[in-house]
Amino acid sequence: MSSTLAEKLWESHLVRREPGEPDLLYVDLHLVHEVTSPQAFDGLRLAGRRVRRPDLTLATEDHNVPTAGIDQPIADPVSAIQVETLRRNCAEFGVRLYPMGDREQGIVHVIGPQLGLTQPGMTIVCGDSHTSTHGALGALAFGIGTSEVEHVLASQTLPLRPLKTMAVTVTGQLPAGVTAKDVILALISRIGTGGGQGHTVEYRGPAVEAMSMEARMTVCNMSIEAGARAGMVAPDETTFGYLKGRPHAPSGAAWDEALAHWRTLRSDPDAVFDREVVLDAATLTPYVTWGTNPSQGGPLGGVVPDPASFADPGQRAAAEKALAYMGLAAGTRLRDIRVETVFLGSCTNGRLEDLRAAAAVIQGRRVADGVRMLVVPGSMRVKEQAELEGLHEVFTAAGAQWRSAGCSMCLGMNPDQLRPGERSASTSNRNFEGRQGRGGRTHLVSPPVAAATAVAGRLASPDDL
Amino acid sequence: MEKFTEHTGRVAPLRRSDVDTDQIIPAEYLKRVSRTGFGDGLFAAWRSADPDFVLNRAQHAGATILVAGPDFGTGSSREHAVWALQDYGFRAVLSPRFGDIFRGNSLKAGLLTVIVPAATVEDLWARADRDPAGEVTVDLVAREVRYDGVTVAFELDDHTRWRLLNGFDDIGLTLRHSDAIARYEAARPGWLPRIPGPAPAARGA
Repeated sequence: MSSTLAEKLWESHLVRREPGEPDLLYVDLHLVHEVTSPQAFDGLRLAGRRVRRPDLTLATEDHNVPTAGIDQPIADPVSAIQVETLRRNCAEFGVRLYPMGDREQGIVHVIGPQLGLTQPGMTIVCGDSHTSTHGALGALAFGIGTSEVEHVLASQTLPLRPLKTMAVTVTGQLPAGVTAKDVILALISRIGTGGGQGHTVEYRGPAVEAMSMEARMTVCNMSIEAGARAGMVAPDETTFGYLKGRPHAPSGAAWDEALAHWRTLRSDPDAVFDREVVLDAATLTPYVTWGTNPSQGGPLGGVVPDPASFADPGQRAAAEKALAYMGLAAGTRLRDIRVETVFLGSCTNGRLEDLRAAAAVIQGRRVADGVRMLVVPGSMRVKEQAELEGLHEVFTAAGAQWRSAGCSMCLGMNPDQLRPGERSASTSNRNFEGRQGRGGRTHLVSPPVAAATAVAGRLASPDDL
Repeated sequence: MEKFTEHTGRVAPLRRSDVDTDQIIPAEYLKRVSRTGFGDGLFAAWRSADPDFVLNRAQHAGATILVAGPDFGTGSSREHAVWALQDYGFRAVLSPRFGDIFRGNSLKAGLLTVIVPAATVEDLWARADRDPAGEVTVDLVAREVRYDGVTVAFELDDHTRWRLLNGFDDIGLTLRHSDAIARYEAARPGWLPRIPGPAPAARGA
């Protein structure tokens, strides 16, 4: 029987299947961070359980860590306790941890692929919804809650009910200046925040095949914003080229053996998906959000919509609430919206290519008066490489702040936050109310749009400069 | 996990769709390392900014069943959202559609999330406005929501229902199959990555 890639990965990780019970799936890699793990380790201690496979578990500090002055102790005492708790738990249970200041530290979804730990065909989980990022390499990867974190620590498995499958085919070729971020924002705008609910999405088609590994990560990262638990791209030469030579990638004969297996990881030609969506890449333009969920967005060339234009009463009410929160009037040209802060970073757009794309726009220009721009590399390795290429000098010469790695202003658990009413253009993944700081107003954008916006002081694409 | 069999209580009508987990509990409240004390953070921004927010209205004080619009619990995987709802006193949440991870978390932690038609949500919202003291019964045994002589059946798979009715811990159930896990592990390909860990510190006291 023909099957989809997601179904193949599911079946190949089956530990146990009994009628009337959820499937028990094996987890190949469990990533851990400081926010969603303390209660899980407590649970283990209370029950006298150990971590079954510390060798398949990796921890890092990312959500709370400051991105400036990282040689100093964490100033926020509550954040410091949470980070210290992770350090104690990892030491007690024998889990490898990359702490703040370590050369390998970074956002959990940036360091997994970077270390070569994320490989095709694997199952990967983390107490973080953006675990879907790892699907870009052809893994089945999804976010879990803390109860499940404890379950995986104790058993290296999860009881799960099969997910439905969705194919998102992106045909044609992306026009110049249109990025992976615009593809995923356009998709979410089209199918809604619940459109992928209960599904694993497989992204395919010529525009996806043409994407770099990092661009695919951006797309898969935001699958959860369409409600999908996981997103994936079948591995191909781009994937294998990305993996080869990475610290945890197989080498020698093991590489050949792995490669032979990876080449089999594709949906069968006649596989049937529960739902199919087609996007034409050629019709896409830079996308920005105007509202308070990631589906409330549109082309940068457009205007803030009139809530009355929504036929669905729920969507209409949501748009009214969003405009009130965002302080926007219907009919306003998106290009006329002024911002005070630009954030370049996060697990969505904090990788080297993202920094390069933004630097190319900002090179030789200045961040507008009254605008602050934070550039936060997704990992210390990204920071190191960017500095080798001189990107940090491009940003600082333009007046932007060059920081150390962490989740930073994507969710404002560290000191990088918006003030009430402050408006940002952000390359992160969520424009929820208060996400970047209580009362803050977020417009989601791609890295080139973020850079152009910083220069213009209002939402702009590089072509506007 | 706390058992759930049947619960009768009053309704808090949350007239919103797309209530993401950042709204249920903002990130600034996620720094605690315990499982308790998250009630203060529940809908913290809305509670502080809007005197007319449903949880600020006296007539809905003590409500234990939250009734919300579609796509409740989208976004972040934070189980703190479930703990905050429970800590505040909610036993069940009714919505036409839930975020996947939130739903999974709730059913692990003993907060019953019930998928009901949009019309039922509208009806319960209107009824809560009209009669804030009116009670609703969520019956997991019969898989029914009942109020005012209305009965709305809901679906929940037998296994999850059985686990909730008994308050069983998933981990305990899974570890009965340690042999199957070990057999699977023995057959895993050798090229898969392994992470050398630090030497475990001495356990126990």
